Amino acid sequence: MLTIKGLNVHYGGIHALRGIDLEVADGHIISLIGANGAGKSTTLKSIMGLVAKTSGQILWNDKDITNIPTKEVVKQGIVLCPEGRRVFPDLTVEENLRIGAYLRNDKDGIQKDKEWVYELFPRMKEREWQLAGTLSGGEQQMLAVGRALMSKPKLLMLDEPSLGLAPLVIKDIFAIIKQIKDAGVNVLLIEQNAKAALEISDYAYVMETGKITMSGVGKELMNDERVKKAYLGE
Amino acid sequence: MEFIAKWLPYILAGISVGGQFALIAIGYTMVYGILRLINFAHGDMFMIAGLVMVYMATVLPLWVSVILVLIITVVLGCTIERVAYRPLRSAPRMSIMISAIGVSYFLQNMALYITGGLTRTYPTIDWLQKNITIMGASTKMVTIITPVLTIVLVIALVFLIKRTKIGMAMRAVSRDFDTSALMGIDINRVIAVTFIIGSFLAAVGSILYFSNYTGIMPTSGSMPGLKAFVAAVFGGIGSIPGAVVGAFVIGICENIIKGLGLTTFSDAFTFVLLIVILMVKPTGLFGEKNIDKV
Repeated sequence: MLTIKGLNVHYGGIHALRGIDLEVADGHIISLIGANGAGKSTTLKSIMGLVAKTSGQILWNDKDITNIPTKEVVKQGIVLCPEGRRVFPDLTVEENLRIGAYLRNDKDGIQKDKEWVYELFPRMKEREWQLAGTLSGGEQQMLAVGRALMSKPKLLMLDEPSLGLAPLVIKDIFAIIKQIKDAGVNVLLIEQNAKAALEISDYAYVMETGKITMSGVGKELMNDERVKKAYLGE
Repeated sequence: MEFIAKWLPYILAGISVGGQFALIAIGYTMVYGILRLINFAHGDMFMIAGLVMVYMATVLPLWVSVILVLIITVVLGCTIERVAYRPLRSAPRMSIMISAIGVSYFLQNMALYITGGLTRTYPTIDWLQKNITIMGASTKMVTIITPVLTIVLVIALVFLIKRTKIGMAMRAVSRDFDTSALMGIDINRVIAVTFIIGSFLAAVGSILYFSNYTGIMPTSGSMPGLKAFVAAVFGGIGSIPGAVVGAFVIGICENIIKGLGLTTFSDAFTFVLLIVILMVKPTGLFGEKNIDKV
């Protein structure tokens, strides 16, 4: 579905991505792990058209989407749930969900997806009329994921969904990511919490200073000595 | 009764001027809310709207002129945003502010060039100038129309912002450009809509305001612009209800001061108010509440 070929990005005077090749196949959870500043977020931002690319190509179902505006990327069915949740604090929970469906006009479909999100996150239903800024960190993360789902994506990209959350909440979030994949949405996941990410991934890429240094099936990477040493703290 | 007869005209005039300031102040506060920019050219756009009316009315029927004033001002507002602000959006805040000051001087000098520096006579809109009597106080129609029209427009605006899709997008963009873009919101379009609304209200305000005066000069926009700005700061810049309340407070207070025979100090009052509010409550009456949870 999504193929990145030889992507180079210069970002703030730094050669942030140095020839990235990456593929997201249909029906998979793909994760991208690596240390802070390795270029994981930049990779997702380039897919969304938020940063300028120096060279390389991004293909979506064989269509070139390298240089199309963010709005068009969203229309193609790709959505990014940004790092740090970034819900709109002075919009209500319900409005946050509705704004996730900004480009859609199918009223019934939007209503159906809203119900699906409430099913995934019953807590959101309870807090429907509350301002998003008053939610706890975990709830805001759930809302951010729900908001992303409202665009009816074919590819959901999650940037550090576990950041700053309690272990129990992280467990919930990862369980729901699996549920989302089972509902037919492909997931591209960025995580510093490598163990949790590798456990649920079908395939994973390891990034170091702007390059992909390793890739493989999630469970196999977990047994790789180098990955163990560098990312799993074993 | 004598008390009412003495003060009612001042109060009515205050409410009327307040409404006119409010229509300008909304433009300041909305642009600030989204771009964090004080649009210094806003007062001058208000003046240009007045001049457009002067020149249009000499050749066209009044009602056609009114419609054209509204359209031309909106086009001018969007053009200013497109040419002078949009290219600087990712530049440091100071650059875009200096650009706004530049546009302000440009408009004033263009007006100076066109008018030749002479005071131009504002056309009389008979209907607005009609005399009416309320509770024994005689006043002009415009005095009554202004606050009514202002309130109707503000209610419509609040409805737009709270209840419509574009309004929701405006609230989102005013908080977070990047995340709004990720939702598929066209930021440029939302900003353009903001300028359309601000310019439209300034044009309406200009027609009501200048119909109270006989003449218009290239600097005629400065004082009302400045006062509307103070109103926006007083109410809490970024807040629409704040700007409206601030404008009415300033309009009414100024006229009460005039009623006390202290006309010389009525302008000074506004700026003293600005200094006091900045010292006591810098965020203004309804300043942005921050409820971010990190």
